[in-house]
Amino acid sequence: MSGFDLSGLTASFGGERVIGPLSLQVKEGERVALVGKSGAGKSTLISLIHQHVGGTSSLVPQDLGLVNALPVFHNVYMGQLDAHPTWYNTLTLMRPFSKDSAAVRALLKDLSMPEKIWMPTASLSGGQRQRVAIARAVFRKAGLLLADEPVSALDGPMSHLVMDLMSKRFPTSVVALHDVELALQYCTRIVGIQDGQIALDEYSERLTSADITPLY
Amino acid sequence: MFSSPTVRVSFLFVAIALVALVFADVAITAANPWKDLGRFFMGIVTPDFFSSEGVALALLRTVAFAFVGVALGGLCGFVLSLVYRNPAVRMFCAFIRAIHELFWALIFLQFFGFHPLTGVLAIAIPYAGIFAKVYSEIFEEADPTPGRLLPPGTGVVSAFLYTRIPDCWVQLRTYTAYRLECGLRSSAILGFVGLPTLGFFLESAFSQGHYSEAGAMLILFYVLIATMPLWVKPKLLPVYILGAPFFLGEGLPIVWGNVERFFTQDIIPSPLRNGEGMGGLMPWLGDVMATEALPGIWNTLVLTQIALVATGLIALLTFPLISNHFGGPVRRTGGHIFLVIARSTPEYILAYILLQLWGPSMLPAVVALALHNGGIIGHLIGRQSSAIDLRPDAATGFNRYTYELVPRVYRAFLAFLFYRWEIIMRETAILGILGIYTLGFYVDSAIQNIQFDRAMMLILVTALLNIGVDALGRFIRKKLALQTMPTC
Repeated sequence: MSGFDLSGLTASFGGERVIGPLSLQVKEGERVALVGKSGAGKSTLISLIHQHVGGTSSLVPQDLGLVNALPVFHNVYMGQLDAHPTWYNTLTLMRPFSKDSAAVRALLKDLSMPEKIWMPTASLSGGQRQRVAIARAVFRKAGLLLADEPVSALDGPMSHLVMDLMSKRFPTSVVALHDVELALQYCTRIVGIQDGQIALDEYSERLTSADITPLY
Repeated sequence: MFSSPTVRVSFLFVAIALVALVFADVAITAANPWKDLGRFFMGIVTPDFFSSEGVALALLRTVAFAFVGVALGGLCGFVLSLVYRNPAVRMFCAFIRAIHELFWALIFLQFFGFHPLTGVLAIAIPYAGIFAKVYSEIFEEADPTPGRLLPPGTGVVSAFLYTRIPDCWVQLRTYTAYRLECGLRSSAILGFVGLPTLGFFLESAFSQGHYSEAGAMLILFYVLIATMPLWVKPKLLPVYILGAPFFLGEGLPIVWGNVERFFTQDIIPSPLRNGEGMGGLMPWLGDVMATEALPGIWNTLVLTQIALVATGLIALLTFPLISNHFGGPVRRTGGHIFLVIARSTPEYILAYILLQLWGPSMLPAVVALALHNGGIIGHLIGRQSSAIDLRPDAATGFNRYTYELVPRVYRAFLAFLFYRWEIIMRETAILGILGIYTLGFYVDSAIQNIQFDRAMMLILVTALLNIGVDALGRFIRKKLALQTMPTC
């Protein structure tokens, strides 16, 4: 079960309400794009949803949360730390097992960066780092993806590749996007956020980019 | 100028030091101080490396005690750092690190005797307390986000190994290497209480007037510390750590009866031991306080405050020596050599040498503390000032110093100085063993009079005083919003 039904979502910073109260219901199989201008509360909403659904989701936060000192492989492998006993994880830290490195390499190949597998994460470019965080989320194999601007640092073709991969690997997703065209192409449903409230909620096939522009 | 809180605090401390100077006993009492100093420098420039095999053995033992002590302290400190959030652990660590290595050595000597364990534990125990604090600070600074993103059900150990250790690794390694250098200095001065390290051989060379032999030992010690990056390699560390215990020397066997007697009789306050009960304890305590603790505290405070301000002056005067903004490469190299020597010489050894040359007073202690600590802070500030980019048409010379650099580094300078306040006090107390009337003097006399109950009481007082100054230093740093890194 990867959908959720949340109501009464609110968040405040320094006594000022930035989100809600609002309700959001997402059915299994839906791919939701959160759109709206920066500061509208998309990131806050993503982390609110993550707090409520917790461990059943894969999160890609805006600051990525990578361990810079570790190579790409270990950052991706971290998505499955719960699947192995401690001794296995400790050995992997020193010398990865070939089946794990094969799995991670295959995933990185889909993100067209297999050659970076043993590079320290700190040495990667912004776009490469973003893809490592996405690979970690995919490797996690959760049913629900929560991602906050996951393709903001990627160029055109690469962002299509990544959006395509995410829509294939996750049955359900909620993705904050500022690129309206990407949202319409890869998501089934568009939720527009304005001043902490839902200002638009419609299936993508019934929308054109002109319908979304007023939100910005 | 006085509207700035950092300036006001600085002047307050200068004023306190000036008042303290009135009460301090500062004099050169030796009959012919400059002649002795000259003979000592002659010894340094004519070192005799082959006078006895003692020199090589002294260095070997010094390194061995440092490695075993720091490794053991690091291991225990690491374990403690994992539970450092617990207030009881915090207090325990603050207490064990408030007692100087030499005091620990004096305590263990009473029941383990000249067994290698005495030297190892004297280093390992206070270092464990320091490691626990600094490691836990390093772990706290690590980015918490990767840990939050782990799948639920990830084991604690796996989470720690993947999200904490890699992020902190470089800092942990840098700090541990720095501590190893400190460990070499600690190990060297343990010789002054009779363990078979550098201090022991240095003291005997000095007392016999063999200045060339003493000079050779000091030079080799500097070389040892300066070349650490060359011989302390990550790949060789296991060899050193596993090998070091075999080079600690035999020492003397432990007499377990002494251990038992120490804990069940020697350190029990004498009125309780003699069955006088609580009624006798109060007058005893009062006597210890009035005749030993209070004079000791007073002298320790007076000396600490003078040494603190002198340290600050030395640091401010010496940092331009290595700063990129002054002088050419020749002067900077000279500055580096001077600061390396100043900070690698343990203040205890410096004080010992100056005391031999100038005679007993507080002056050798002040100069030793100021040179060593000022050298450390001057080095750190100088390095920091080199990183400052000045506009191309910035003032030069003294105006550059006063207008461009000092205002920019002053906050960092104060942060380091207040960080070292507690360290200076800990050292001040210990210099009493050399015959200056600080707390260490009274501890040492009590031990020589076989009054271990009094000695323990005085060590406890010293520890509490250190904890108090540490807290005050932290309060002032917080009040002035001064930041420090732990490696100082």
